[in-house]
Amino acid sequence: MSIVTQNFSRNKYFNWAVKNLFSSWVNTIMTIIAVIFVYEIGSFFLNWSIFSADFKTNFEGEIITDRTLCSKNIVPGEYGACWAIIYARWDQFMYGLYPVEETWRVNLTYALLPFAIIGILFDKLPFRKLFIYFTFIFPFIAYFLLYGGPGLSTVGTNKWGGLLVTLFLGVTGIGLAFPLSILLALGRRSKMPIIKSLCVVFIEFIRGVPLITLLFTANVMLPLFLPDGVNPDNLLRALVAVTLFQSAYMAEAIRGGLQAIPKGHIEAAEALGLTYWQTTRKIILPQALKIAIPPIVNTCIGLFKDTSLVLIIGLFDLLGIGRAALADMTWTKLYYEVYVFISLVFFIFCFGMSRYSLYLEKKLKTDNS
Amino acid sequence: MTKIKSLFISLVLTLGVSTAIAGSHGSTLDLVKERGKLMCGSNTGLAGFGAPNDAGVWEGIDVDVCRAVAAAVLGDASKVEYVPTTSKVRFTVLQSGEIDMLSRNTTWTLSRDVDLGLEFVGVNYYDGQGFMVNKSLGVSSAMDLDGASVCIQVGTTTEMNLADFFKANGMSYESVPVETNSEADAAYLAGRCDIYTTDASGLYASRAGYPDPSAHVVLPEIISKEPLGPAVRHGDSEWADIVRWSLNAMIIGEELGINSGNVEEMKGSKNPEVLRLLGVDAGYGAMLGLSDDWAANILTQVGNYSESFEKHIGPNTPINIQRGLNALYKDGGILYAPPFR
Repeated sequence: MSIVTQNFSRNKYFNWAVKNLFSSWVNTIMTIIAVIFVYEIGSFFLNWSIFSADFKTNFEGEIITDRTLCSKNIVPGEYGACWAIIYARWDQFMYGLYPVEETWRVNLTYALLPFAIIGILFDKLPFRKLFIYFTFIFPFIAYFLLYGGPGLSTVGTNKWGGLLVTLFLGVTGIGLAFPLSILLALGRRSKMPIIKSLCVVFIEFIRGVPLITLLFTANVMLPLFLPDGVNPDNLLRALVAVTLFQSAYMAEAIRGGLQAIPKGHIEAAEALGLTYWQTTRKIILPQALKIAIPPIVNTCIGLFKDTSLVLIIGLFDLLGIGRAALADMTWTKLYYEVYVFISLVFFIFCFGMSRYSLYLEKKLKTDNS
Repeated sequence: MTKIKSLFISLVLTLGVSTAIAGSHGSTLDLVKERGKLMCGSNTGLAGFGAPNDAGVWEGIDVDVCRAVAAAVLGDASKVEYVPTTSKVRFTVLQSGEIDMLSRNTTWTLSRDVDLGLEFVGVNYYDGQGFMVNKSLGVSSAMDLDGASVCIQVGTTTEMNLADFFKANGMSYESVPVETNSEADAAYLAGRCDIYTTDASGLYASRAGYPDPSAHVVLPEIISKEPLGPAVRHGDSEWADIVRWSLNAMIIGEELGINSGNVEEMKGSKNPEVLRLLGVDAGYGAMLGLSDDWAANILTQVGNYSESFEKHIGPNTPINIQRGLNALYKDGGILYAPPFR
């Protein structure tokens, strides 16, 4: 073995491969099996999803308007995915049943969203202050654009759907839950007994109940207790449940960060004469939140995916609208296409969040942690 | 019906009763007229019965009942807001007053009609549990199924019906439990079971999506009663009458040969029932609190029952359901509307 290594020492990739992949006969066999496996799966998937797939037209060049025109349904066994369902239903995947002539409002909101969050994500941004101001007024702009108001026709939330609902629940849920969870985490560590017990009860209760139960409670029980005619919006009810759920989980993540801070820091701050809020804002939270980044992002990713549970209360989120597409006789049984597409969309967002958290961890890394 | 479902229903029941009593506010008809649109509880997507199409417009025979009521009350079948409901939340959504009526393949049973504070106003589709087999097996009747393996959704009423049916006929079967419809499809197509059983409409819808639908046959035996129909809240009989007669108008329309294309022409008919239905003989709409052309609106904008059936689930659609039980009584089915007089 050592002779082989020496002969090819010029090539560091080869060395790496020999050391890591072919160091013993067991590893060699494992490597070969893994390569074959990856190749088989990968080539099958690429072939299915791209090379022998239909996009807008089938193999005869016809535009696909229903499932019977998919190549794979004309010549069984020969062709792969039929992505025409995604083309045909693109608007529904993006906006739900939002009126077609008003979808520019959703597009504008989508386009403004990055500007609203970029300010909080990156601190070395030029004109960051302006971006932060925009972050605070964005919810009002988004509400006006999406729901309507003076000059814009009202589009009820029962018309919202697809990515719009998923993003709305995810972004708003996380955005509202974040401040709430900081308060809960601080409250849970407070020395004031009433505040402390309220926070403990809230967190433990919400964490002890599955999100589905909360959604059902919000959706089904709430209207029964309210007077007739008072029907809080369906989407709003789901949002409340999602926010409460997320804040309880995030509070525990932040509490973990709070507990990791040495007591000396707090005592030092007190010795300097800082008040509780000054200590918290300037010394405790910056450190605690840094430590808590991985678990916070973890709960955010979890929540983003959990939003698909709203389909059981009849909201058309991305998954719900996909299932509705499958229920249309025009497209029925194109399960793989729809589910692969939905997974891809979820993956893009969740992977983005996870990369951002890695970036943040690296940037904030100091030696004491 | 799963255990969870029944648990949930009993939960709803305790809460629902108090609401049903509290729910006797102004009439639903006035509310709908004032709002200018009908709130209709629909499916979250069931092929042929209720699902949004590519353009986002809801279609299906359940949806057509909503459209008929909107046509009758508001004169415009498109003035409907659909509230997608799942099987778990459908009854509470109705009880809480979020929707004016529920039209989503809901089986009419005693407990739902009486206990849940609902009122079923009719049947727009007679369903029942059936069997599907591969044609190559050469089976033509469920009586030939002794010893077969059956794909069955666990914990449902279909499972119990199946056991009863085989026991009653002195036959045995081997059950292949599956969780969902799509799993059942996969298992059945892979040959893990000889028979697939669920509600017949579900079998037809599944078959429509198979690579070779003509290779499978749904057997003629139907072993349970599943009358599906629209429901409204208890306590507003006037509104229940309107929904009931909107559905009936579609059925009577078929009986009398009135369809969306010939309403104007039929207004000159000599048949007094046609004249009453189309409002040429005035007075019947007023009894319901509607205008006299209410039924004419339904038939022009939505069409009669047969048109709706043929358009969404009939033999010319991918679902390919024969009229069967859902044919008019005079054509060998059990579809029957009381006389319009």
